[in-house]
Amino acid sequence: MIRALLGDRLVLVVGFAVAAVALAIGIGNLIFPTDSALHAPTYTVSLTGKYLCYALLALGLDLVWGYAGILSLGHGVFFGLGGYAMGMYLMRQIGTRGTYGHPVLPDFMVFLNWKELPWYWYGFDNFGFAMLMVMLVPGVLAFVFGWLTFRARVTGVYLSIITQALTFAMMLAFFRNDMGFGGNNGLTDFRDLLGFSLRSDGMRVALLWASAVALLLGLAVCRFMVASRFGKVLTAVRDAESRVRFLGYRPEAYKLVALVVSAVMAGIAGALYVPQVGIINPSEFAPANSIEAVIWVAVGGRGTLAGAIVGAVAVNLLKTVFTANLPELWLFALGGLFILVTLLIPRGIIGSLGALRLRPGAKLGDDPAADAGRA
Amino acid sequence: MEQGAARLVPPPPIMVVSRVLRGFAVVLLLALALAGPARAQGEGGPIPALATTNFDELSRAIERLALSGHPQALPIVEALRDGRLMFRQEDRAVFWRDPAGAMRDAATGEVAAGVAAGGLRPLRLNNRVRRAIDAAVGALSLSNADPRVRLAAAERVFRSRDPEAIPALDSQLARETDARIRRAMEAARAAAILASDRAEPEKVAAVSVIAARGDLDARGLLAGLTGASPVVADAAAAAVAAIDRRQAMVRIVQDVYYGISLGSVLLLAAIGLAVTFGTMGVINMAHGEMVMLGAYTTFVVQEAIRNHAPHLFDWSLAFAVPLAFLVSALAGAIVERTIIRFLYGRPLETLLATFGLSLVLQQAVRTIFGPNNREVGNPSWMSGAFEIADITITWNRLWIIVFAAVVLFGLMLVLRRTAFGLAMRAVTQNRRMAASMGIRTPWVDCATFALGSGVAGLAGVALSQIDNVSPNLGQSYIIDSFMVVVFGGVGNLWGTLVAAMTLGVVNKLLEPVAGAVLGKIVVLVLLVLFIQRKPRGLFPLKGRAVEN
Repeated sequence: MIRALLGDRLVLVVGFAVAAVALAIGIGNLIFPTDSALHAPTYTVSLTGKYLCYALLALGLDLVWGYAGILSLGHGVFFGLGGYAMGMYLMRQIGTRGTYGHPVLPDFMVFLNWKELPWYWYGFDNFGFAMLMVMLVPGVLAFVFGWLTFRARVTGVYLSIITQALTFAMMLAFFRNDMGFGGNNGLTDFRDLLGFSLRSDGMRVALLWASAVALLLGLAVCRFMVASRFGKVLTAVRDAESRVRFLGYRPEAYKLVALVVSAVMAGIAGALYVPQVGIINPSEFAPANSIEAVIWVAVGGRGTLAGAIVGAVAVNLLKTVFTANLPELWLFALGGLFILVTLLIPRGIIGSLGALRLRPGAKLGDDPAADAGRA
Repeated sequence: MEQGAARLVPPPPIMVVSRVLRGFAVVLLLALALAGPARAQGEGGPIPALATTNFDELSRAIERLALSGHPQALPIVEALRDGRLMFRQEDRAVFWRDPAGAMRDAATGEVAAGVAAGGLRPLRLNNRVRRAIDAAVGALSLSNADPRVRLAAAERVFRSRDPEAIPALDSQLARETDARIRRAMEAARAAAILASDRAEPEKVAAVSVIAARGDLDARGLLAGLTGASPVVADAAAAAVAAIDRRQAMVRIVQDVYYGISLGSVLLLAAIGLAVTFGTMGVINMAHGEMVMLGAYTTFVVQEAIRNHAPHLFDWSLAFAVPLAFLVSALAGAIVERTIIRFLYGRPLETLLATFGLSLVLQQAVRTIFGPNNREVGNPSWMSGAFEIADITITWNRLWIIVFAAVVLFGLMLVLRRTAFGLAMRAVTQNRRMAASMGIRTPWVDCATFALGSGVAGLAGVALSQIDNVSPNLGQSYIIDSFMVVVFGGVGNLWGTLVAAMTLGVVNKLLEPVAGAVLGKIVVLVLLVLFIQRKPRGLFPLKGRAVEN
């Protein structure tokens, strides 16, 4: 197991980099005074935390796309559901401090003139229950969805299109006020988590570190999965599903496990994301968001794990820079990135690096579908 | 108040008899009126008859006047109502004073020179005469030369249910030629009969007349019927139920029509995709942006026409349709040559690259035309609406249905009857064999993609007429379009048609039950489940071409 974890040097490097950056920014924020050169502003702490959540989402996506060949255009659903579960816990923590001061009902329910808490809000005042739901809800949805689709042998672009329809339907549903999730505005105005204020620096650093730990754990789980026998079969399913089936395996079972693990990771990412940005609303389910997550993986290099993290952080850094300075040009840049990466570096940054490290002429085999297509 | 009293207190039998008699008189008069302009009966026509101080005679004279069709009847009756009608005792000549104070001869309406109000005797009124006047005014508007006035008068009677108006309605019904006004008058007469004290069979017949009208007014009238005898009440209840059934039917027909309208929009949006995705297997996420380009082309064409040749505005779409096709087709050809041809056989990469392209195109349009909605006008022949059997049909929706059908069949013709279509199908079915036969497959690929994109541009022209022309226009249709193509079965235009219409109609039928958003969600979920049952759609292609 240890060997599996340490087997990929790039994964190790990226993992250490994540840990080091998270530690440095956290310490820089808490210990060094504001005028010190080593001080990290609170803004940076939250921003980094956000990037790490995106990276965790990308990691989960890489597991299904890079290793199982399932291009999900709806991973935002799992991310958003995890986020909503966390948001519901945070809403319940507001207590009487809301605008209407109702001890049980969140503000938007009072505003809608609701008299009592809907049943699906029960238990969310308990942190343990909420965390369970963060993993359970996306996991169960992924299980049901995957069970139906994989058994029916829906593959390729058809699968991609229905995942997109899924997230679109989810977005429409959550926009409705009657759903009991705050409609258009979503859940916001959070106060504290486990009794500590969300606005305090300590809390922000704690969330950053929690995100880093979650990401590293996710990386370890993924690495372990893909390096194991399970991962071998999964890769084989990606490359030649029918052949794997003829050999006596059940491809749908392997794909299902990968999808559920990936969805749970996305849910955790969403749950960590919400307290750091302070809001969750239905726009997280927008199909464009899910596709954007796919491009992070593509930029970093799919089927490399490390690439998902590098891609997510790199694209989002770029986004932060662009939207701050040249907001007009961001969509040009993002769109161009989609086109150029798929045309020029289909292996992504890490994938191309990996190819360079191998001896020239070696068959990398990370994307036989692409090779077959080119032939 | 008077009506209420008339309904609550049964009149003495003798009055009923007199009314019946009056009805006969009316019929008689009518016969005369039809035979020729009524004049010279009894004492020299209806006008001298007015010159009386006997209220009963005066009332009868008013009724006669109203039925006579005399051109001056309305001003005379109005003058009488306002106390401006007078007569000369010596020769029973009648005059009225117009608002300017001049005296006019009632028989001709001309200003009567040398007649002074002082030498005349004003006509006085009592309640009976006033009722006769009101009935006469109603009757006169019923017989007005202007059909709109007649229709309005009939509607007024329908609402007031004034039994006094029945004779006037009867007389007018006998000569009314406009079918629509006739129907309104028959309904009004029936309404008045229900409020009158006529015999039960007549009332039951009236109920059926009103029930035939079938709209909500009729339902309100019948449902609000009080104090009716059991037979009439039963008939009314049955009629209300019948109207409710009819209204439900109308609603369903209307929803189906709206569904077909939505379906034709979906068809237009999806049909280009059916070409690119269906026959080439290319996932073009920028398809919606091709639609958007078509819509913006329409906008540009209209702007140019507004600025340079406003008189051609009604023809703007005639220019926009070919131009939009060319613009989108050109964009498609460029995209195919620069991006897509490098990605054949790699559908997932194609998906990502074209999604990037859609972002670039959206932002480009946003930069050039601004982020707000641009106004695209309807030509005059596309604006407005008309009604068929209580269903409102707007011209623009109707034209879009027609346009969608034309585009669909045009495309089928291209695919089946042209050399290019033959080459295209050959390449779709067996690329290598087609190439061996001398078909230049890269050229066919490019032309096919351009064709699909051009059709999307055509959709943009249609959508510009009913939707906001904004940079997000394409985005809102792309998921629906993919759903239509996948649902219908890839590579099958008939399947696309059936899928688009089914989705449109199901959506609209669900809307009243579940609400617009929930209805859409239900449709999406149903579709996802359907694709899981039949991954190849409603009408899958059979044979080798299916294998991926």
